[in-house]
Amino acid sequence: MNIDKTKCIGCANCVPICPMGAIYIADDGLSEINQETCVECYTCYRGMSTENLLQQPTRFLRGLLAFFKLRFQPDPDICPSGAITADELTWPRILRRAFSDPQAPHESTGIGGRGTQEVKTNELTGRVKEGETGFTVEFGRPGVGVYFKEVDKVSQALAKMSVEFQPENPLTALMFNVKTGELREDVLNEKVMSCILEFKTDIAKMPDILNTIEDEIRQLDTVVALGVSVRCDSNGDDAVRDQLTSMGYDAWRAKINIGLGKHTNPAPAGEEKVS
Amino acid sequence: MTNTLHRFGKPDELKDDYIAFTLVCPGKNDMGSIEKARDFLKIALKYNPVNFAAESRHGPVFRPEKNLNLFRLYLRGRKEIVSPELVMDEMEPPAHAVVVFDKKQALEEFLKEIKEIDLGLSVNVSSLVEDFKEIAQRIGISPHSINYSLGFRGNLYRLPEQQVLALTTMCGHGLIASSFAKKMIDRVKERRLAPEKAARYMAKLCVCGAFNTSRAERILHEARMSKSKA
Repeated sequence: MNIDKTKCIGCANCVPICPMGAIYIADDGLSEINQETCVECYTCYRGMSTENLLQQPTRFLRGLLAFFKLRFQPDPDICPSGAITADELTWPRILRRAFSDPQAPHESTGIGGRGTQEVKTNELTGRVKEGETGFTVEFGRPGVGVYFKEVDKVSQALAKMSVEFQPENPLTALMFNVKTGELREDVLNEKVMSCILEFKTDIAKMPDILNTIEDEIRQLDTVVALGVSVRCDSNGDDAVRDQLTSMGYDAWRAKINIGLGKHTNPAPAGEEKVS
Repeated sequence: MTNTLHRFGKPDELKDDYIAFTLVCPGKNDMGSIEKARDFLKIALKYNPVNFAAESRHGPVFRPEKNLNLFRLYLRGRKEIVSPELVMDEMEPPAHAVVVFDKKQALEEFLKEIKEIDLGLSVNVSSLVEDFKEIAQRIGISPHSINYSLGFRGNLYRLPEQQVLALTTMCGHGLIASSFAKKMIDRVKERRLAPEKAARYMAKLCVCGAFNTSRAERILHEARMSKSKA
């Protein structure tokens, strides 16, 4: 992401819009983006409304009003001159956008979004079965961001516990060795808004896994949003909530799949349709 | 994709936040899914959702305005919301759809109808577990799978104050900056901005439509009141 200095009027509206705090007003009075801090989430570029005011007359008017102790103040969501521009991204920087912009195309990882459908279509995929627990460890959320080198430490620690990393997850796609959880070396210094380590284990291992995660993330300079998923029984009850509560977790909010999904596509020739 | 799961707040602060969304599973129920997801959204409209989105590159009902000019700004005025019909028309595959309600009763009536029409798409609810269980018992549905939020861990010193966090975590992709949420709170406190307007400014940054404008208005209003009490 960049600022077109021939357009920017220095109103500073974009400064608080950046979720990573990467935008600042430089010595020339115009906006600039700290490229190391920017995660290419496109929030400033896409999320701000734009007006097409001309730079020179607007800066003159701002200066004139300031002289009389008056202010030109556009609405807080507007870039008055449409000065924010998107750069063409190359590897590995393109990963920043793939993980940080929900509307990004996904040529870099080959997998869309930060994560997968998890248990949201579990009635059709059977991804987390009875007796299993799914985990989502989302690094950098909320609003802090994370370098892959920090994720690498936790993924390696979890790999030692023989977890099964979700193959469709884009972070798994960046592991050069899924057995050891090691991420590719050329991506370690890239920063993203957030990314999700997704895996499942036998339900009996849940407390040990959670303790390992807690130990590892205590050493990180970022935050983590933690989620645990499970298949419910025929009464709609599950085997983990009480255990989570006894471990001190506030499991009061959840995402609940109500199981209405069905196989409705016509079955390929020769195959029987299952519902 | 866990963008609706980790919303910050104690249970009594999440009593006006109910999200329902539908997903297709490629290869299993994606054929004809756009029409089904539109039906999902049409039904939701009967129960006054506070946010509304379909899978598309254009975004939810709240969206930024590109190419504003003096006429649009000062004569016509800002247009911060598009019609739900436009959102439905723009839907692209995979046909995902999201609706946010601020009343438990609305979610209950909506789920009751969705269960009856049997779309064949996966439907998920993101809410307080106890509220969902209450609804489920009344309308005769049962959870198939559940994904619990265990909250935030790690270096929590890096997180902003609680009111800011309550606002920013309503966009699970993290597109609402804590600095912008703080700016909105401050402007509302200073009476330079109405809570409704500030909530809409934030909603436009959330591209998946999971931001709850009604809850945001309440939080902003409370922020203003706490200032006047002080």
